[in-house]
Amino acid sequence: MSVAVEQAVRPRDRSERIERIARTALPIAIGVVSIVIWDLVVRLNDLPHYILPAPGLVAKSLWNDWGTLYPALLVTLRITFLALAVAVIGGVGLAILFAQSKWIEISFFPYAVILQVTPIIAVAPLILIYVENTHIALLICAWIVAFFPILSNTTLGLNSADHNLINLFQLYGATRWQVLRYLRIPSAMPYFLGGLRIAGGLSLIGSVVAEFTAGSAGQGSGLAFRILEAGYRLNIPRMFAALILISATGIVIFLFFTAVSHLILRKWHESAVRREN
Amino acid sequence: MLQDATARPLVRLSHVDKLFGNGTLALKDMNLDVGEHEFVSLLGPSGCGKSTALRLVAGLGEATAGTIEWPSRAGGKGLRDIGFVFQEPTLMPWATVFDNVYLPLRLQLVARGKAADEVAAVLAKVGLTGFEGAYPRELSGGMKMRVSIARALVTKPRLLLMDEPFAALDEITRFKLNNDLLELWRSQSWTVIFVTHSVYESVYLSNRIAVMAARPGRVVADLRIGAPYPRDDEFRTSTVYNDYCRQVSRSLGEAMRA
Ligand SMILES: Nc1ncnc2c1ncn2[C@@H]1O[C@H](COP(=O)(O)OP(=O)(O)OP(=O)(O)O)[C@@H](O)[C@H]1O
Ligand SMILES: [Mg+2]
Repeated sequence: MSVAVEQAVRPRDRSERIERIARTALPIAIGVVSIVIWDLVVRLNDLPHYILPAPGLVAKSLWNDWGTLYPALLVTLRITFLALAVAVIGGVGLAILFAQSKWIEISFFPYAVILQVTPIIAVAPLILIYVENTHIALLICAWIVAFFPILSNTTLGLNSADHNLINLFQLYGATRWQVLRYLRIPSAMPYFLGGLRIAGGLSLIGSVVAEFTAGSAGQGSGLAFRILEAGYRLNIPRMFAALILISATGIVIFLFFTAVSHLILRKWHESAVRREN
Repeated sequence: MLQDATARPLVRLSHVDKLFGNGTLALKDMNLDVGEHEFVSLLGPSGCGKSTALRLVAGLGEATAGTIEWPSRAGGKGLRDIGFVFQEPTLMPWATVFDNVYLPLRLQLVARGKAADEVAAVLAKVGLTGFEGAYPRELSGGMKMRVSIARALVTKPRLLLMDEPFAALDEITRFKLNNDLLELWRSQSWTVIFVTHSVYESVYLSNRIAVMAARPGRVVADLRIGAPYPRDDEFRTSTVYNDYCRQVSRSLGEAMRA
């Protein structure tokens, strides 16, 4: 009897463990293989480093140029997170305002859409002309890109509270504030967090794109400017190094918000709970 | 013990119509008096407008025509202390069992510590002691329904509106909750309007059954179940019970042909 149970359990256990290991091992293996192929392509074709630098050279440049790249990374990070913070405050605040009155939503939502569909790369030069402080101009650009997913997701979430639950609150004479606090905001949470995950990546893209447009030098320049600068100087390894830093930042931001979302929703939302059947 | 319904109705529906925006005429000329301390069942086929009628009584939505009056209330205004059990459990998935049951009190600004005893008491009544910290997704369908019932009871409402509350439960639990409900109703002098599909359940519980017909929904028969309370499992096997069931079934059959 107990033997039978053990046999029934073990293969499943093992396959689960294998899957867990594979989940990290496989992507790493693919990465390693790609880097090796990249290295081989450069070596076998004898490519000059100003066309395609070998991975080792990029790593070395990352190490040697850390003194210029690191401050640039900090600048980019600061713009990204400031823009995201303002986008969260503005997006959530506006969504709550929209939820209070259909009329406000009807009046303003189209403009939020216009803000979203106009390519930032086309608007950035204008913003850079009108706003004197480059830093603030970059912030505005990144904010425009990050703001919309938060606004639209949170609006959708606030409006998707269960109808019967709304009735229940009505029945007990709940105030507008109580409905918001105890019903609409918790209902909106999964939607908001989904928007936040998208907005995190977008605010990084927004700040990089805006900085490319600005092309500004000086002590306040971020990673995008370092890429431009390295391009002018045909310092391709440094371009790659800066690019890798930007990608890594994006990945970290995404993982961070995925973890935050999981932590908040793990108790109750279908997306985060592990269903045992 | 039971007053005459027409003498002092708690709520009176006269000539109530309900037309939904999509053109569905859910209720047409529905008339119903519910007296104070009565236990009235609304019995009828699926889609005949039982839930719609119950929501109108609760003040959720407006009647298209007709009136819903509260003659025993000053100014005829609607009742505030109503408990409502929806057809679905309708729990907040992000809140624990405790917080779900605490909700009506929280909305009335009762402090959490003060409410704890009341919440524990109603949870005990529905047999969910020990599940205070559980989330709805961790409960079975029947347990969720019992949480929903506990939530409706926690404010000690004067009028309890229940929309097929026991339909999802197994027979043994249902019988037990039937008895508990009767017990509560008798001891707390509530008024109950109880929606059900089941002839047997309605006869067991109610002192009046309003049989409804569909398309459009209306009350076609108003039957008095004179069997005395307390009713217990003995009653379920009595000839009186069977006679009433037969009578109500016949009436329901006519309603479905109507
Ligand atoms: N919100 C709504 N919008 C449009 N039509 C509705 C709405 N709610 C109910 N109806 C219609 O009104 C009629 C009565 O519905 P109701 O839910 O009151 O039936 P019911 O008697 O409770 O049925 P059941 O026993 O299956 O719960 C149905 O025909 C239904 O399609
Ligand atoms: Mg119904």
